[in-house]
Amino acid sequence: MGRVEGKVAFITGAARGQGRSHAIRLAEEGADIIAVDLCEQIDTVPFPMSTPADLEQTVKEVEALDRRIVAIQADVRDFGALKSAVETGVAELGRLDIVCANAGIAGGNKPGWETEEQAWQNTIDVNLTGVWHTCKAAIPHLIEAGNGGSLILTSSAAGLKGMQNIVDYVSAKHGVVGLMRTLALELAPHMIRVNSVHPTVVDTPMIQNDWTAQLFRPDLTNPTIEDAHEAFRGLNALPILWVDARDISNAVLFLASDEARYITGVTLPVDAGFGAK
Amino acid sequence: MGKLDGKVAFITGAARGQGRSHAIRLAEEGANIIAVDICAQIATVPYPMSTPDDLEQTVKEVESLDRRIVAVEADVRDGAALQAAFDAGVAELGPVDIVLANAGIAPMSMSPQAAEWQDVLDVNLTGVYNTVQAAVPSMIERGAGGAIVLTSSTAGINGIGGNSPGGLGYTASKHGVVGLMRSYANILAPHNIRVNTVHPTGVNTPMVVNDAMQEFLTSDPSLSNAMANALPVPMIEALDISNAILWLVSDDARYVTGVTLPVDAGFTNKK
Repeated sequence: MGRVEGKVAFITGAARGQGRSHAIRLAEEGADIIAVDLCEQIDTVPFPMSTPADLEQTVKEVEALDRRIVAIQADVRDFGALKSAVETGVAELGRLDIVCANAGIAGGNKPGWETEEQAWQNTIDVNLTGVWHTCKAAIPHLIEAGNGGSLILTSSAAGLKGMQNIVDYVSAKHGVVGLMRTLALELAPHMIRVNSVHPTVVDTPMIQNDWTAQLFRPDLTNPTIEDAHEAFRGLNALPILWVDARDISNAVLFLASDEARYITGVTLPVDAGFGAK
Repeated sequence: MGKLDGKVAFITGAARGQGRSHAIRLAEEGANIIAVDICAQIATVPYPMSTPDDLEQTVKEVESLDRRIVAVEADVRDGAALQAAFDAGVAELGPVDIVLANAGIAPMSMSPQAAEWQDVLDVNLTGVYNTVQAAVPSMIERGAGGAIVLTSSTAGINGIGGNSPGGLGYTASKHGVVGLMRSYANILAPHNIRVNTVHPTGVNTPMVVNDAMQEFLTSDPSLSNAMANALPVPMIEALDISNAILWLVSDDARYVTGVTLPVDAGFTNKK
């Protein structure tokens, strides 16, 4: 018996990285999946974003676990598209129990007052408004079904602490905490729980790129990701380079399951001690 | 295959309530247990504390799961006694991987006594320090990492508990546990030993469900409000805390350290 057997999870940013890992981990424990991803580039994002082939790979991996998956290309910035994606998924899979608002972007590498307006706007649109859209599209289904539910919003270790040169990212991820805390209050009478997870650096395509290397090694010209390893280690209290997507998925699974039936309104760091250090 | 096969857990306050629940839940997942409890009354505590029979019941329940348990009556205020209990357990079960500093008292009543302050700090804060100190040297020496969970409270994050020596001491001690946790998390991270706190709201255990505590809580609306959760549940069960602790000590949380984890039905967020 899986820990989320018979449940349906709606996951944004599910084509690769943490989102794909969440889809697989929840499917391993018995859930069917509604997977959404943009599968396109946003022009202020300085690394390659997901593709339709990535989303297709998530579908294959979930189906290989004998679980069902409805995969839809949709932009979390477009509420109508997201609402329609949830409706399609719920119509096909029959219910909704778990929401992982995971889609996110990063970019920039300048002090806050020099950040480009469009880069700021795109990050806020995806990482904060997109999370709100995800919740807004899903919550009516959860309330109507009357089975409770669990929303897990992906913030960041940078959602609880400042970090230089990514003010748009840090601001959006802090905003996610306010969204989580308010929805947790509003939804508690329905036994719907809302929590946020706060990862340190995770080994995903959002990190494994030249832009991230430059962000963490401003002293070098054209640094490689290996050049940034010591800086990554320096963030964490535990003696590790980064965490795996699966470590975040294990936290998401715990929060989604009945093991956490009375945990709501909580910021849960999975950060190797980044916050305590 | 359990999540904790082959591990050994050192648990204080294990005779009943949350501690017993933790012992059983961890044993279900394959751990052997070193169980410590005072099994005696402290004069300022206005409700019956644990007994040797309670501790014996924990032993029976763990053994019925085909796990081994070493149970020792010891007072967490007595560092030497706690060290002896720990050493006796290790001698029988092998090295410790998991430490749960759970023992605590709540000396709040309608007849406050000055001595409550010192007693609650001695048990709830110094006792936690003694528990970690007893375990950590051997964990570091062994070099196999480990996980420590300190039981704090919603009163470790919020100013609740009322204006009595025991209530103030309870809140101060549970806040103090957070400081201990954060320091230990940093000190022990290089050794791959993780340290976190859990913060329960009111749990259905003998420490909360007794005449003295209920009289105390209903005496002042601000105190009964202090028990009001966001989720529509008046109290939660010991098993809910055990499940959070099981997650924290398992490899599922292998990179979680320095974290305050409320298991509080939304109480803190609502406050």
